[in-house]
Amino acid sequence: MSAPGLPAALLSVMQRDLLAAARRRAEVLTTLLFFVIVVSLFPLGVGPDPAQLRGMAPGVVWVAALLASMLALNRLFAADYADGVLEQMLLAPQPLGLLVLAKVAAHWLTTGLPLVIVAPLLGLQYDLPADALSTLLASLLLGTPSLSLIGAIGAALTLGIRGGGALLALLVLPLYVPVLVFGAGAVDASSAGLGASAHLSLLGAFLLLALVLTPWAAATALRIAVE
Amino acid sequence: MNWGSVSAFFAMGGYAGFVWGSYGVAMLCLVIESVLLVARRRSALRDLNRS
Amino acid sequence: MTQRINWLKYAAPQTFYPLAGALVPWCYVLAAALCIAGLYVGFFVAPTDAQQGEAYRIIFIHVASAWMSMFLYVVMAFWAGVGLALNTRLSSMMASAVAPTGALMTFIALWTGSLWGKPTWGTWWVWDARLTSELILLFLYLGFLSLQAAIDDPRRADKAGAVIALTGVVNVPIIYFSVQWWNTLHQGASVSLTRSPSMAATMLTGMLLIALAFWMYSIGAALARVRCIILERERTADWVRALPEVRT
Repeated sequence: MSAPGLPAALLSVMQRDLLAAARRRAEVLTTLLFFVIVVSLFPLGVGPDPAQLRGMAPGVVWVAALLASMLALNRLFAADYADGVLEQMLLAPQPLGLLVLAKVAAHWLTTGLPLVIVAPLLGLQYDLPADALSTLLASLLLGTPSLSLIGAIGAALTLGIRGGGALLALLVLPLYVPVLVFGAGAVDASSAGLGASAHLSLLGAFLLLALVLTPWAAATALRIAVE
Repeated sequence: MNWGSVSAFFAMGGYAGFVWGSYGVAMLCLVIESVLLVARRRSALRDLNRS
Repeated sequence: MTQRINWLKYAAPQTFYPLAGALVPWCYVLAAALCIAGLYVGFFVAPTDAQQGEAYRIIFIHVASAWMSMFLYVVMAFWAGVGLALNTRLSSMMASAVAPTGALMTFIALWTGSLWGKPTWGTWWVWDARLTSELILLFLYLGFLSLQAAIDDPRRADKAGAVIALTGVVNVPIIYFSVQWWNTLHQGASVSLTRSPSMAATMLTGMLLIALAFWMYSIGAALARVRCIILERERTADWVRALPEVRT
């Protein structure tokens, strides 16, 4: 019996993770709820002045997306690490980097994508104009996968470490800065009437770089954590 | 020479707090780091002698 | 017959330990000498600045520490990478030895930057590109140090540190670029603490001398620290037991 081909293996990894997430819907929803609550907290902290909120909105939504995305990261490898599936993945014939990519893709579908879908609604809470809302959508669509990819490195490095959650935040948030700057900047530029294409292009470039480099780094980190 | 007198040097044109605060803290940091290194070496040697 | 030094032998902790020990005092002596020279040039030769007055003299130590903070991060990532790729213990120990000094340099850059910003721009913190990047660099250093502190197994700590250091070093130019972009977009004309390129030659000389002093100091501190790390991690080795300072 021949080993499964690469696409089939990757698909089955993704399917398995998606199924696991579907069975634990509560976890997926809590991340989303965290995002919504954080965004809703800011006006309570700074006051309801519409002009100020409109100015703050891109940064607030983006930082909340960053934090929500980061909170969900320890789900990426923890379950597989606990039940020994991760060790099997390390021994699999398929390149570990690609298996990691499949897991990150599934993780993004359950974590990042909901944020992308809900964000425009939250933008309305802040009275963002329509084209800023669509830029918000585009920027998060391009940015959240990068967050998941970089986060995977941190999640792999902190596997099994006590107090790993806070350490993960310290490791990963500085690396998120370019995505934050370009993402929030895109929406800002859109609100100001200037084009957001430069920002979105930079986000896209960063995503491509992340797609190429992070799977290898995360795979290395997984081997270090497991062996 | 830039300074008319010793007191002018210490006064730094009114910015004494900022200038000496900068240099002072920087030098203090380097001194503390060196002291900590000496302490670390002593404690490592103590552990080795004990075991 | 020509004697060829086998440099590779210094890759072993046993041979490197005495070499480092011999170098450390010289590094500190050089650092002190360069520092005195640099401070002399900075305070007694370089003229007063027309706009900033005497407050600008903070630049000598601010720029030197900022340069060192960035340089040491690259050095740290380099040794960590070598340790990860070649599986050499000493390289990883070197990376761990450099990290605290680098973090300290970053702190000094931030502190002096803040004290420079107050008389110049009126606030204790300025969100200019350099200071903001230094702040993020400090977080990167602290992340490396925290990760290594949280992992008990030294080899795992070495390799994990290497991954985060290398990830950081790839990201640092991107972070710096994005912060520059963010800064110019939001504040238009440069609200920068850095001097314009047309600095008096004496100011540049002062800066370079202090930068070299900090460099010598950093090498000395890193070598002293790596000796401590070797003593801590190689405690069971025979050669450590046989050292004059251990055999009481």
